[in-house]
Amino acid sequence: MKKSSVNLLRTEGFASFSASLSAILVGLLIGFLVLLASNSTQAAGGFSAILTGGISSRKNMGQVLYFATPLIMTGLSVGFANKTGLFNIGASGQFIAGAFAAVYVGVRWTFLPGALHWMTALLAAMLMGALWGIIPGLLKVVCNVNVVISCIMMNYIGMHTVNNLVTNTVFDSLNNQSQKVAASAVLPKMGLDLVFRDNTRASSANVGIFIAILASVLIYVILQKTKFGYELKASGYNSDACRYAGMNEKRNVVCSMAIAGALAGLGGALLYLAGSGKCIEVVDILAPEGFNGIPVALLALNNPLGVLLSGLFIAYLKVGGDQMQLYNFVPEIIDIIISVIIYFSAFALLFRGIIQSGLKRGGRDSGTQTVGEPPAAIKKGGIGQ
Amino acid sequence: MNLMYFLVQQMMFFSIPLLIVALGGMFSERSGVNNIALEGIMVLGAFAGILFINIFQERLPGQPVLLLALLVAAATGIVVSLVHAYAAINMKANQSISGTAINMFAPAFAIYVARVVRQVQQIPFANQFRINKVPVLGDIPILGNLLFTNTYLTTYLGFLILLAAWIVLYKTKFGLRLRACGEHPQAADSVGVNVYRMRYAGVMISGALAGIGGLIYVIPTSTTFYATVSGYGFLALAVLIFGQWKPSRVLIAAFFFGLMKTIASAYSGIPVLSTLGISNDVYKMIPYIATLIVLTFTSGSSQSPKAAGVPYDKGAR
Repeated sequence: MKKSSVNLLRTEGFASFSASLSAILVGLLIGFLVLLASNSTQAAGGFSAILTGGISSRKNMGQVLYFATPLIMTGLSVGFANKTGLFNIGASGQFIAGAFAAVYVGVRWTFLPGALHWMTALLAAMLMGALWGIIPGLLKVVCNVNVVISCIMMNYIGMHTVNNLVTNTVFDSLNNQSQKVAASAVLPKMGLDLVFRDNTRASSANVGIFIAILASVLIYVILQKTKFGYELKASGYNSDACRYAGMNEKRNVVCSMAIAGALAGLGGALLYLAGSGKCIEVVDILAPEGFNGIPVALLALNNPLGVLLSGLFIAYLKVGGDQMQLYNFVPEIIDIIISVIIYFSAFALLFRGIIQSGLKRGGRDSGTQTVGEPPAAIKKGGIGQ
Repeated sequence: MNLMYFLVQQMMFFSIPLLIVALGGMFSERSGVNNIALEGIMVLGAFAGILFINIFQERLPGQPVLLLALLVAAATGIVVSLVHAYAAINMKANQSISGTAINMFAPAFAIYVARVVRQVQQIPFANQFRINKVPVLGDIPILGNLLFTNTYLTTYLGFLILLAAWIVLYKTKFGLRLRACGEHPQAADSVGVNVYRMRYAGVMISGALAGIGGLIYVIPTSTTFYATVSGYGFLALAVLIFGQWKPSRVLIAAFFFGLMKTIASAYSGIPVLSTLGISNDVYKMIPYIATLIVLTFTSGSSQSPKAAGVPYDKGAR
């Protein structure tokens, strides 16, 4: 019995988890110091608001789920692409393209009955996101265009295209944003609004979080349990060996980008169909949700199930940050904390090495040193693709 | 003719910061360290520079304030880049993670400090740096109108940096060693080059140039600073890749992108384009679509530094 628990401590997952945990502790510590430096009398109150804000009320718990949903989706998008050796910095464009498709279907296709309406809207968003992801993939395999640069360009093209389409199709000129979607296109609450509420004020939690969980599990299964996922990962580790082994490496790149795009696009739909009153604003600002997916994925070491946790964690901090404003602190302190956590999670491999060698001392484990190393292309940061 | 002068003058406002930041990124990547933190470094460099201008603009005359602010921006950029360098070089960390962390940290920190120092998030500054006409040179026919009227000191700084970058990279021992560290660090190490030190140098140069570039981007385009450089760091990364990590091609890429951007933002002043009746948003897309199209024709062989992004491990075989 004792032996098995020791083995559990020695697993790679445990080492990764404790490495991420130590990064989180350092981040929180620095956050507390920042609070102390700016206003020492309120610091303790502000800090406890960060730590407990997400569970301070049922409504806030629901808000954590609501904020986590798009973060998980864009995190999955970036993490999935990373696993297959591609740096998807274009999640922002895919996200907003998907959001537009969902809103368009939600406003215009009112002939669809009941649940079919929002489901179609989600499907449209995935298709649109996939299209936005496929373009850099195709440019890569056909013309050898660097994926990073084409993704950056597609972000801007997506932003301006969506602005143009919104103004020409589903425009609410009074508020300079898209119109509200029809009631049948709003995602069902599945009773979450009854559970997560403070008396009269319901949170915005909805079925989206279940869809995000489902997507995480699905991506995990695809990557870990299927031949298709194995091939995708293989082309991430070593595209030459992959081609030598007879895999269609070019098809893999296009498929990866399409799936990553569909995930980000779905994230856009889940946010804008949530019925929280959020509409697509016509402004020249790239959708920040896409970029926020990068830290979510990195914190989870690109593991789809880890993305679920890190997305919830970052959403939890965000809600705590909103509570912290009661103590007159700027919410940006949360971003500072998250960035410090991410910076130290970059040392995760080192932390993990120390933890593993500490646990191994006296043990006969071997060969775990290279387990969990990211694909070579990711170690390169993917810039040179 | 006046239209052409106007276009070129406007183009400089977009192209020069891109050029400087992309050249900075070039030094980092040619030394073997990817630097996607350019955006964040630009934000913090611009923030420190603008804050400096905000404090000293009433006590010092225009151009000296600008020069000092540029130094402040460069120093800030170096400090921030050291954070990235430590993670990437000493800790052998994943370089896109620490870059992402800096990109996230920068605007948050800028807003936080602005709130603490000034109680509001925006930092206003008086733009007293525009040079209407450079004496003597501004009177040269055509060229004077193109380059020496309605301009900023920073435009010439950009060209100076380009020249210096080219000389340093190709004509000095330092440049040769730097490039060797980005192509084959083991080989460089075997002949006595300190790879870690060269990579630190590359990242610090990129930090200084990105800090300067951030300030140069903000000054002509705005009168308040609100913790953003509108994604120019990522665009500079694109310009760097577009320019195939070579100074001369980076220049062409930056000018191409800047020209497209100028056409996109000033099309209503161009008679031929303003009568076409095409939507504003379509014009705004031109720079990005044009870049993609050019890339599809020119991306045949990528010449990225071979070891860029791979942490150097002395013990690795």
